[in-house]
Amino acid sequence: MFVHNLRLGAKSLRRNPVLTALMIMSIGIGVAASMITYAVFRAVSGNPIPQKSSVLFVPQIDNWGPTYNRAGEPPPALNYTDAMALMKAKKAERQTVFFPISASVISTTTERLPFKVRGYATFGDFFPMFEVPFLYGSGWSHESDDAHEAVAVISKELNKKLFDGANSVGKDIQLDDGTYRIVGVTDTYDPKPRFFDMFNSDGYTDPAQVYVPFHHMMDLKVDTWGNNTCGGGPNRGNDYQSWLRGECVWLAAWVELPTKADEDAYRSWLRGYAEEQQRSGRFGWAPNVRLRNVVDWLDYRHAVPPESRIALTIAVSFLIICLVNTVGLLLAKFMRRAPEIGVRRALGASRAEIYKQFLAEAGMVGLSGGVLGLILTGAGMFGTGLVFGKEIAKLAQLDFSLVLLTLVVAVLSTLIAAFYPTWRAAQVQPAWQLKSN
Amino acid sequence: MQIKPILAALRRHKAGTFLIAMQIALTLAIVCNALFIIQQRVTHLSEPTGIDEADIFTIQNEWVGKHTDVELNAQMQADLQAMRSVPSVADATASNSFPLRGGGWDDGIKLDPAQVQDSSGTAIYFADPNTIDTFGLKLIAGRNFTADEVRSMGMRDNLKPASVIVTRTLADKLFPDGSALGKPIYLAGEQTTIVGIVDMLQTQSVDRWASSFRYRSLLVPARLTIELGGFYIVRAKPGQRDEAMKAVKQALFAQNPRRVIDDEVGMLTFDQVRAIAYDRDRGMAILMGIISVALLAITAAGIVGLTSFWVGQRRKQIGVRRALGATRRDILGYFMTENLLITSGGIIAGALLAVIMNLWLVTRFEMSRLSLAYLLVGVILLLLLGQGAVLAPAMRASKVSPVEATRSI
Repeated sequence: MFVHNLRLGAKSLRRNPVLTALMIMSIGIGVAASMITYAVFRAVSGNPIPQKSSVLFVPQIDNWGPTYNRAGEPPPALNYTDAMALMKAKKAERQTVFFPISASVISTTTERLPFKVRGYATFGDFFPMFEVPFLYGSGWSHESDDAHEAVAVISKELNKKLFDGANSVGKDIQLDDGTYRIVGVTDTYDPKPRFFDMFNSDGYTDPAQVYVPFHHMMDLKVDTWGNNTCGGGPNRGNDYQSWLRGECVWLAAWVELPTKADEDAYRSWLRGYAEEQQRSGRFGWAPNVRLRNVVDWLDYRHAVPPESRIALTIAVSFLIICLVNTVGLLLAKFMRRAPEIGVRRALGASRAEIYKQFLAEAGMVGLSGGVLGLILTGAGMFGTGLVFGKEIAKLAQLDFSLVLLTLVVAVLSTLIAAFYPTWRAAQVQPAWQLKSN
Repeated sequence: MQIKPILAALRRHKAGTFLIAMQIALTLAIVCNALFIIQQRVTHLSEPTGIDEADIFTIQNEWVGKHTDVELNAQMQADLQAMRSVPSVADATASNSFPLRGGGWDDGIKLDPAQVQDSSGTAIYFADPNTIDTFGLKLIAGRNFTADEVRSMGMRDNLKPASVIVTRTLADKLFPDGSALGKPIYLAGEQTTIVGIVDMLQTQSVDRWASSFRYRSLLVPARLTIELGGFYIVRAKPGQRDEAMKAVKQALFAQNPRRVIDDEVGMLTFDQVRAIAYDRDRGMAILMGIISVALLAITAAGIVGLTSFWVGQRRKQIGVRRALGATRRDILGYFMTENLLITSGGIIAGALLAVIMNLWLVTRFEMSRLSLAYLLVGVILLLLLGQGAVLAPAMRASKVSPVEATRSI
């Protein structure tokens, strides 16, 4: 019976090729528009580290006070004083602070021109905290941190450039005027958005290529390649040393707190620290601290670009219009066949039969629209770079789940659109139609 | 044309009428807002920078290894000398940034050191006596910097310029009575004096957050001598930009090879700088354009489809009317008027929807209010679209022969 219905549907669709083509195009375009923008939206609103997003936290301490902070919120990073206090206290299971660096890689053997690599000066905890995958070796230990050792972790890409992809652990790398012993080579590590560094970037820039110990970089007085935010406050310092003691924030900080109890304990420790600063006279205001996990942090830092939200909203409205259009066209198509329905009903077909027949026909339209939509989505993926920028467009991919979703959305929405026209078709009175028209 | 019989007929086709009206309403709402977004973005991306863009290119120069401020200052002066002596180069300068770069140093200006709130935000550009000529700025009052005013500034040194040059917009903001020249102001806590005013110089970021101090920029006589490097801005002689870019790169590496100029983004023509800065705005405008055209096409298709159906349904009635003496014009007029009525209904609902949608966009995405002109454009566009779409089926209806009245099916 189902096959028979399909055959009837196909026959009817062939009878008005223009109307059928209009419906398929309408659904195809609508579905493609929503799917392209949804793919981008999905790419940027995803959770970059789902397995740990509830145990990684950003501690924030208000060192600017109510006069200079933004709408009561503490600054989005720490100054050197607070960052070092946090690292020394070791109140969390793991903790790290870091700042972006830019270093020249100098080739000692070949005549290659120096080139720049970007990366982070950080602590050994960085690697297990953010689950950085390693190809060779590993991150460095707490001992290396404490001994201010000149070690380095490099990316797979840099390893390929310098060592042709061979295991380079134990070899040296020349960064500016210093020599660093390589202890690890990371596998591709590029979470999007780069949740841990939303302070220095919009989260979609190229991945880090080198990591070096924080203390060693501080000994060399290496300056941050990233942001230094003073927020209009007075205590900025007027040379390197007083800048370090000043209230400009430039260090991103993260702590790992495995349980709710740890989280509560850490929050009260933060408050206690701020109280202590108030007592010592550094803060002239009540403690104002925050402890946000990954999801809250991404939300707070607006990781999803507004373009993406606007585009998704418009694309969904677009799909709705296409559906309204399909309702109209299906209605025209179905009602034109009122005499045929009348004959079928008079010959004994139940209302349910009529429903089945017309929904099968609509389903075929939906499926064809879905296939057209799929083709258009595939073509449209090349155009996403125009709207959202290259970095973000790279993330949007036409994978299996999207293909499936495109077809499901097309068929389902067409069936929904077909409901009213089908209902009208089923209401056709046989007697009325059989009368000479 | 009599409206009453048309209304009576429409009452028999409630669903179809409602669907077309609703589609027109939704289309109007979206097309108005889309057109408005396009207009806003296009206006935004064609704002002038105030500099001579055609011949300018920028170089991001990064140093290799450790250097003292003194070494870097000498090296930069040697670089500038080398670039200026390239035959195709008109002038060159060093700075921390340039308009449309995206980010850089912005700071607050106070008129009184005891003030808590800044009097204005400003973009800070490091400059030397050649900056005004390199950018092609117009000095409208006061004087240019002199060579001995230019001081070297290290990474965490305080900015303490003895003099500054401000844009007219900034001067007017700080001193609305027009007396800015020679006045003391406080920049990053230090007192300085306005010695010159330039006509126009855009800020570094064109993003929304920086729009509160758009075109309020300031030049300080300083040279940024930091290991992270900085920017050189070069103006080529007219029409010689491409030669100049090659020659300048060679001249710099001949001067000192211990530097990095990135292959991809190290040297950019100002056209490229502009294209990068407005990437998203252009993309958004294109997207809205595509969506509007597709929407209008789909709505037109819907009207054609549904009207064709009605015409098919009413062939017999049309035949009767024709037999009773109605002219072809009458039949054509009937369908055109019918469409006009439905479209008008849709437009009224759509106008309301457009305003609601805009209000929602305003609250969610900090967009501006929809101007009524766009609503009017949208209304006219949809009226024309409706009439255009209905024309073909209506023509077909008008060709129905009176004989049809006598046929039984």
